[in-house]
Amino acid sequence: MAVDSKTVFDRPVTLRDVVTHYCPGCTHGVIHRMVSEVLDELGLRERTCGVAPVGCSVLCYNYFDTDFMEAPHGRAPALATGFKRMRPDMIVFTYQGDGDLASIGMGEIIHAANRGEKFTTIFVNNAVYGMTGGQMAPTTLPGQITTTCPMGRDTSLTGEPIRIAELLSALATPGYIERVAVHTPAHILKAKKAIRKAFTLQRDNKCYTLVEVLSTCPTNWGNTPGEAIEWLDENMMKYFPLGCYKDYVEPEGS
Amino acid sequence: MAKVLMKGNEAIAEAALRAGAEGYFCYPITPQTEVAEYLSKRMPEVGGMFLQGESELAVANMLFGAASTGKRVFTTSSSPGISLMQEAISYMAGAELPAVIINIMRGGPGLGGILPAQADYFQAVKGGGHGDYRTLVLAPSTVQEAVDLTMLCFHLAQKYRNPVMMIGDGMIGQMMEAVEFPESYEEPPLPSTDEWAATGALDRKARIIKSLFLDPVGLENNVLILEKKYQQMIREEVRCESYKISAENKILIVAYGTMARICQTAIDELEADGVSVGLFRPISLYPFPEKEILREATRKNIKSVLTIEMSMAQMMEDVERAIQGRRPVHFFGRSGGIVPTPEEVKEQVLKVLSIKRRTAKKK
Repeated sequence: MAVDSKTVFDRPVTLRDVVTHYCPGCTHGVIHRMVSEVLDELGLRERTCGVAPVGCSVLCYNYFDTDFMEAPHGRAPALATGFKRMRPDMIVFTYQGDGDLASIGMGEIIHAANRGEKFTTIFVNNAVYGMTGGQMAPTTLPGQITTTCPMGRDTSLTGEPIRIAELLSALATPGYIERVAVHTPAHILKAKKAIRKAFTLQRDNKCYTLVEVLSTCPTNWGNTPGEAIEWLDENMMKYFPLGCYKDYVEPEGS
Repeated sequence: MAKVLMKGNEAIAEAALRAGAEGYFCYPITPQTEVAEYLSKRMPEVGGMFLQGESELAVANMLFGAASTGKRVFTTSSSPGISLMQEAISYMAGAELPAVIINIMRGGPGLGGILPAQADYFQAVKGGGHGDYRTLVLAPSTVQEAVDLTMLCFHLAQKYRNPVMMIGDGMIGQMMEAVEFPESYEEPPLPSTDEWAATGALDRKARIIKSLFLDPVGLENNVLILEKKYQQMIREEVRCESYKISAENKILIVAYGTMARICQTAIDELEADGVSVGLFRPISLYPFPEKEILREATRKNIKSVLTIEMSMAQMMEDVERAIQGRRPVHFFGRSGGIVPTPEEVKEQVLKVLSIKRRTAKKK
């Protein structure tokens, strides 16, 4: 029987055909795919430069088929600023974890957002330092056990987890900031929509854009991939509610 | 072009523009802030990019991102700010990026003071950041030379794809002198930035600008590639100047920057008193003019070498290394923002001469 086969699912061109170093059950791969699909669909790959962080996604430059810079720990927004200011015609994104962005890189991210730098940040929040083996992060939940808070995070000594989407949304400068998750197919579709919106706003030279993605880390959370998804759903979603925290509004008169 | 009277910091800023600088990132710090103030106005006039960052830490990393585009970019700061920039300087050296960093030095350590010093010699010359790398370092002694060397810095940064520093004591930045800018800027041909800059993976493979090599063989290989460039710098980029060096000299002074000019005044006055002293002035501090110093210091009549700095015997270590124990090396310096006077220099020269005489008598 002759069949007119039609491809309905394929690897995005922006995502390289390589094996990644990510652990089983980690959702970095899903997020990489969503970013790649969006760059493909918007036709931006050939004029994109990514900025890799320090942390688990330090090697993400091996997985995206775009130009890339590897930043010092926390400084990706500064590199992105310098690059984009010299090449406003290019598309720039930083891909940062919670240790990189919310701890050592807090100064750089706040000021880049507040200057309204026209790049996109994919902020992957899994409430733990992954690469170094599961230490407490600024986003570690109260009572959550890590290797540097083995009795559970004591907020009387370490403060409450930082909610980045809410914090950056407080800035007066226009921007687009949304928190999404990728632990169910429905959430993945919404996440992709947010990522697409962020890159579209950047393409149209509108504003600073950040998509915070709640992500899993079964290896350092000490559970199975399936349990990690449940843990994220039951614990992280409560403390880090999903939603659009700041939407881009066209300035009056424009 | 006619000579114009300009403050050092403003002359440096204008020189950078003449050398084709397209991007400048800054953070205010005394005594270099006039560069930022001048460029906040001038950069937009010439279609360049001016940005005041939130810290020197961020500024140096903005420079990293900006340098990755292949365009000519630079920053200026002063000692404590330069300390904060060391992270990005190390990364840029590792990733082979061209960038110009100008340090108008003030006294340290710590917050120190705001007056002229040369106390960042070690930081600049020995590598202030981590890892096996070098920055090419130039040191002007006049505002005119600051102009000329600033322009040269941009060429050398591109030639070697390496951070290049110019260090001037606060005096260089703050004093006004007559300067002349070249009518047109010409420089020897450079390799194209098309070979390495991040410009988008259109009709070519994607490029990664990085200093991370997890495989030790790969990392050593990168270090050896850098080392090869540093050896080329040693062969091609040594710059120095002599003043009144002659067969009559009994003492050779080694000094750089503003300190060298003060020594010239002292040398002229000593000459009038019948004491013959020569001056050797390194212009490139890395690569250090080792062979040139050795040659001048081992002239027949030279009995001693006197290193004079606005810091505590930092450059002296390189002078000693160059001379290899073949002449005694003495040191005189002031620190903390105090600039030695010609009288103090003369006094030191006579003191070193009398040491020699006493030793001779004992024999």
